[in-house]
Amino acid sequence: MSILVWVLIGAATAFAIKLAGYLLPQSLLDRPPVTELAAAMTVGLLASLITMNAVANGQALAFDSRLLALAAGVIALKLKAPYVIVVLAGALAAAAGRFFGLP
Amino acid sequence: MGLSIAVAVGVYGVSFGALSVTAGLSVWETCLLSALMFTGGSQFAFIGVIGGGGTGAAAWAAATLLGVRNGIYGMQLKALIRPPARRIPAMAQFTIDESTATATAQDSHDERVRGFWTAGIGIWLTWNAFTLVGALAGDALGDPKQWGLDGAAVAAFLGLLWPRLSAKDPVAIAVVAALVTIITIPLVPPGIPVLIAATVTAAVWAIRRQRTELAR
Repeated sequence: MSILVWVLIGAATAFAIKLAGYLLPQSLLDRPPVTELAAAMTVGLLASLITMNAVANGQALAFDSRLLALAAGVIALKLKAPYVIVVLAGALAAAAGRFFGLP
Repeated sequence: MGLSIAVAVGVYGVSFGALSVTAGLSVWETCLLSALMFTGGSQFAFIGVIGGGGTGAAAWAAATLLGVRNGIYGMQLKALIRPPARRIPAMAQFTIDESTATATAQDSHDERVRGFWTAGIGIWLTWNAFTLVGALAGDALGDPKQWGLDGAAVAAFLGLLWPRLSAKDPVAIAVVAALVTIITIPLVPPGIPVLIAATVTAAVWAIRRQRTELAR
């Protein structure tokens, strides 16, 4: 199937999940496991996505300027910088690494 | 506060648009993602898997799993605002991290409703405008790596994760998920490591939960 089809299916699923939150019975929310599991899954997925974006190059591991971006992001967050600064710090660090000849 | 969010959404949107085009999506597909899917984390997950060489199905699965939290937000907002049934479909579309956070931060019912719609619609407009700018620029910029846009994506995800690491458990889960990802990247097709990490996360959560139940 073409990417466009998956884009549309993905958008429909995303909306269905959002809508389901409003339509499912309240009693589900009152049970802590559902919210706890969703919170845990979000943390696990984000950590995995950070890792993938930082070191994956197809099926190979590549250690390059993206690690500088990761480090810059950690420093910015430690300094309690607003979100936009964190994103910019990541871009600047990676761009600087490439400028100085790192992969 | 509002301006800072708008600027952040703008930068994030430009990064998304440019990276999406670089990942191989058309400008048109990129804009559809922002207009219809409208949940930044899932959109980045989608194009990340495609850009890494993964299949559309793997991209869909990663985006969908990351979107599950929006369902929880919907439950919370329904309990908080108690919207009339006719408003629910529109509210659902604008249910994201920022609109939920804005609504829950207000004290009165009217302020919560106003906060939700202002943040939701405001961000939708900004996000889509800057996605288009980024997607068009993505073609013109040439190599996005030169501009550090792949680094921006790493930092953007990190910025989403950081506030969720306030307790010990989330840190342990994040470390396990990161390790599972590194180990599986060379072993399975692109995009699948994220799904394996999600499965392992659920398993770790279930085991820890069972232990605490037994300890009680």
